[in-house]
Amino acid sequence: MYADKLKRHGECQWHIEPFDGMRVPVIIFADEKLIKDMDEKVFEQAVNVAKLPGIVKASYAMPDAHWGYGFPIGGVAGFDAEQGGVVSAGGVGFDISCGVRALRTGLTVGDIEPQKNRLADLLARRIPAGVGSRGKLKLSRREMDDMLVGGAHWAVERGYGTAADLEHTEEHGRMTGAEPRYVSDQAKKRQEDEVGTLGSGNHYLEVQKVTEIYDAACAEAFGLHQDDILVSIHCGSRGLGHQIGTDFLSRMLKEARSHGIELPERELACAPIKSELGRQYIGAMNCGMNCAIANRQVLTHLIRGVFAEIWPRSNLALLYDVSHNTCKVEEHVVDGKAKKLYVHRKGATRAFGPGYTLLPADLKAVGQPVLIGGTMGTASYVLVGTEENMSLSLGSCCHGAGRAMSRTQATKKWQGRDVIRTLAEQGIIIRGASVRGVAEEAPGAYKDVDEVVEATERAELARKVAKLEPTVCVKG
Amino acid sequence: MAAHWEHYSHPADIGIRGFGATKEEAFAQAALALTAIVADLEMVVPKEEVKISCQEQDDEFLFVSWLNALIYEMATRRMLFSRFEVRIDKPAVKPQAKYLSTSLETGLAPQFIAGSPRFTQDLSARVFGEKIDVKKHTPAVEVKAATYTDLKVGQSKNGDWVVQCIVDV
Repeated sequence: MYADKLKRHGECQWHIEPFDGMRVPVIIFADEKLIKDMDEKVFEQAVNVAKLPGIVKASYAMPDAHWGYGFPIGGVAGFDAEQGGVVSAGGVGFDISCGVRALRTGLTVGDIEPQKNRLADLLARRIPAGVGSRGKLKLSRREMDDMLVGGAHWAVERGYGTAADLEHTEEHGRMTGAEPRYVSDQAKKRQEDEVGTLGSGNHYLEVQKVTEIYDAACAEAFGLHQDDILVSIHCGSRGLGHQIGTDFLSRMLKEARSHGIELPERELACAPIKSELGRQYIGAMNCGMNCAIANRQVLTHLIRGVFAEIWPRSNLALLYDVSHNTCKVEEHVVDGKAKKLYVHRKGATRAFGPGYTLLPADLKAVGQPVLIGGTMGTASYVLVGTEENMSLSLGSCCHGAGRAMSRTQATKKWQGRDVIRTLAEQGIIIRGASVRGVAEEAPGAYKDVDEVVEATERAELARKVAKLEPTVCVKG
Repeated sequence: MAAHWEHYSHPADIGIRGFGATKEEAFAQAALALTAIVADLEMVVPKEEVKISCQEQDDEFLFVSWLNALIYEMATRRMLFSRFEVRIDKPAVKPQAKYLSTSLETGLAPQFIAGSPRFTQDLSARVFGEKIDVKKHTPAVEVKAATYTDLKVGQSKNGDWVVQCIVDV
């Protein structure tokens, strides 16, 4: 029904013009093949988002878009509070500020190969991952509130990182406007044992090698060279974030009608930014974001410990840390005027270009690194944000390969043991508790990340800088 | 149809479905489906009891609350559950206007006639399980939350209760 409303606008852009209650058009970034394979629900959900109050410019979908909760995964939308704009718990998701950080190691493939198994074993032992794992930090309620306000700053103050880490994290490692009083006791209880844990499912820790450089100047600025070894972490706000999502989705759903909001889909549950509920959610969500970046900072510290044990002279420096389930207040040009917008990115990454004020000195001239997580069998990418993208998609980009099939289908198609064996034959070591979990995350269950990144570049959302391929994967 | 559960496909996560002769039985079956996302049910010994309660006005919200309460207990106690005794207390006063329950065949949403009094349902349950043992249970994936996506609570033509929703993992 929606597919025939798609009109091509240029090489990698497709529009659905407003109809039936839409306030703005839908703009989807994809090449011909990706749009043909995109499930119809993406179009339906992007159209639903376009109907929400206060949305400006467009309801966007990235090249890796697929069916999500209310928002498509890969969905981006900006709201103007002055026009009755809303904030949506569904638009941020249950894993608030899930994201990726990549660390350079100063090591090369030649250094890692002879010690790969030892490294894999040590990482699997030292990094708490998977259901039932316990974080090494036990926080009092007071310390938990400090963490929810301080984010990665809190972690660094406790010795889990450096000032340089903070400079290379979005928002310098701390979201302002965090209000721990709006985070439920249940959410804090859920986080008690989970500080500094990896989670499971599509979360991972990967040791990666740089296999291709596309933009030499940018790679130089990022400190990336052929055969360099990097470590990437993909995880989010753990139990606290999930509970905040649960708590507020329920409240927003029940109160929507009292705010005069007709929800096309329950998971789009939202509240006006200027309402009490909207304000409370934003306060709690910012806590969730701080929780996620603190978590990744603590994990960084643990990983540094592992590398120091095997390679005492290694130096793990943070390339960058990006989040992809967020709602952030940003300034964008709307109809020629600078406007403060609440930008939701659900399974989508910020991709700001050169000159962006919050970038550290070493990156400001080239632009923000964008880290695209692939699958354990294929590749991940480092991209760089572009100046042009601010007007294309509120400075946004894809976040990964996106799933191509369900978990139930994946477990029918693949046996975890076979996946592990095939990857081992390619020189990729997996450490993870469950073979079924590995089958669900089989590379074939995901879209082709190369294709997604190609389309992203052709759509001018970001530029390729380097390709990373996994050598060791630790999964929960 | 005998009470049972199943999983069904969703692109990113997973659908759970419970069938039973009563609403309570269907809720219990869906809880089995929830555990089965994480681990093999046969490996989970129902030796430790936890009590759960929640209240909601309509069936669908009650179902999601039930699942989220379970997820909370699973997460904070680091337990898996494999036996469920669910009780849903019906309201003392019958509502004045008609309430049409969801029919999965026709796909109708619950219809509340304007002005009809709403009532609160009380769910209380005893759930039984054990602490997670990673070696024994080899948990596949962590459950984040029950969602309102694909949410349905109703009776099929033969009177069986069917409940379902997508769970975020």
